[in-house]
Amino acid sequence: MSSIPATIATENADRRSRVDARHDVWFRRLLKVCALLVLAALLGAALSTLWGGREVLLGHGLHFLTSDAWNPVTNDYGAWAPIFGTLVTSLIALILAVPTAFGIALFLTEIAPAWLRGPVAMAIELLASIPSIIYGMWGLFVFVPFMASIEPGLSEMLGRIPLFGKLFQGPPIGLGLLTAGIVLAVMILPFICSVMREVFQTVPNRLKESSYALGSTTWEVVWDIVLPYTRSAVIGGIFLGLGRALGETMAVTFVLGNAYDITASLLMPGTSISSSIANEFNEAVGTHRSALIALGFLLFVVTFVVLLVSRLMLRQLARREGA
Amino acid sequence: MTLLDIYFRRRAVNMTAMILSGLAAAVGLAFLVWILWVTLKSGLSALDLKLFTKITAYGAEGGLSNAIVGSLVMDLIALAICAPVGVLAGTFLAEYASRTKLGAVIRFLNDILLSAPSIVLGLFVYMIVVLPMSNLSHGAVSFSGLAGAVALALIGLPVIVRTTDEMLQLVPGTLREAALSLGVPQWKLTVQVLMRAAVSGIVTGVLLALARLAGETAPLLFTAFGNNFMAFHPLNKMESLPIAIYQYTNDPNPALHAIAWAGALLITLFVLLLSLSARWYLHRHKVTHD
Repeated sequence: MSSIPATIATENADRRSRVDARHDVWFRRLLKVCALLVLAALLGAALSTLWGGREVLLGHGLHFLTSDAWNPVTNDYGAWAPIFGTLVTSLIALILAVPTAFGIALFLTEIAPAWLRGPVAMAIELLASIPSIIYGMWGLFVFVPFMASIEPGLSEMLGRIPLFGKLFQGPPIGLGLLTAGIVLAVMILPFICSVMREVFQTVPNRLKESSYALGSTTWEVVWDIVLPYTRSAVIGGIFLGLGRALGETMAVTFVLGNAYDITASLLMPGTSISSSIANEFNEAVGTHRSALIALGFLLFVVTFVVLLVSRLMLRQLARREGA
Repeated sequence: MTLLDIYFRRRAVNMTAMILSGLAAAVGLAFLVWILWVTLKSGLSALDLKLFTKITAYGAEGGLSNAIVGSLVMDLIALAICAPVGVLAGTFLAEYASRTKLGAVIRFLNDILLSAPSIVLGLFVYMIVVLPMSNLSHGAVSFSGLAGAVALALIGLPVIVRTTDEMLQLVPGTLREAALSLGVPQWKLTVQVLMRAAVSGIVTGVLLALARLAGETAPLLFTAFGNNFMAFHPLNKMESLPIAIYQYTNDPNPALHAIAWAGALLITLFVLLLSLSARWYLHRHKVTHD
């Protein structure tokens, strides 16, 4: 080194640092473009479905949201029936999945012996990796006949209750909103459960121990200490499950029965936004296709808002944890 | 009510809650076993060599070879698109934007994309890939394996972004400081030090993405469409396992249902093995790091 004149050495170093700086700038730009693609994907999905559905969204306006007509012959499209089906099935799914997920999370964090926790948690998470088409097949070939066999008893038992009973009167064919809701419940169970389990574990031990020291039972610790501490994240987890349920396609398409009816009975066939799109898109032309894309836009906006709320609620806990 | 009454009531409530929560776990497990058992039983009884040698055009006499090939081609192209983009985007979040507003927004929206309805992503790709290509080919609707792969890539992308981001954040800061103090430029530090340190985690993320996108059906319906014949070229319509299962399940012919179950078994085994091994790997990785 010492044989190289000092001026050449500094010149080399200068050139090298200039080249490095240029490479750094380009590398950074490349990474940034890739990261912006994530934004582009979301924005593009919203804008392209808005554009594809503009004929119906702008042409029919509010009528599209509130009308329950869906008639490709007269080109009269109203989204109310699919929206109704999507909301009802998702609601059934939540009513069934939330208490079950809570029970499992409670079991995994407070009750089960340590050696059992890992395997059971793993098994519940496996439910989330089963492809939705498998849920659909199992739903159609196995669960629908099963439901058809218990629905007469269900109508008999619950159908007599005034008002509430109307929900369970109908043809016992197995297909319908209730069946779709139950299949959805199984699908979203692992998502809600894993959020609950994770946040239950973040509750400081001293809080729980203080409560136990005052003589609380396990249930009282969970209900009065753990749940209030994790409330926002638990709600976030529930909304995450709701977002999944709203957008799910394959699991419900087979078991809903694909009928544009709005009925009080949960045993009647119905349709949902996603299953309407899946069933009809490839045969649809013109206004019909535009109406289906408009449905897709509605679905995207609704799930986006639900997931946004979910993430905001989940983030609150993360922030408090950091503080 | 005496104190003793209150005591016993509290114990009773506690006992009920414990039993119910155990029951909930049993119900969850029962559904898993039920679904896997049915898939395994129906799939195994229909498993046959002709599944791998014959195409779907023969119907009940045929197999699923074109669907398997189509799935492989589209999954690989999807990975080729979303793996580099996802890894680079995740690197941006972890190394360049971990404390900036832009980084926070992208990380937040990436989590939303992770659970966005896949059928809408299918519509999106229909609008931006299928329709423009149809215009190029003078009106004939150009469904293609490439469009299907793009839709699948959108499903896999957020998974890879998230795992890469998380894995790079696990790399100790001393490694960065050591490299920077030697005068290494940041891109070299990122590629040759940090990514190398986190490579197993990043690969796991890619495998998880593959497990996620391999089972997707909805985004393929109006992008790759389906094809009863063997197709290798990604600009053709392409069959895939999920689409074949979807069509055969919708068909009244029970012989086709059997083939659909065999396909379902193949895809379930593939997806479960992938995600199980990826999870196991991640788990072990995290443990050794702590």
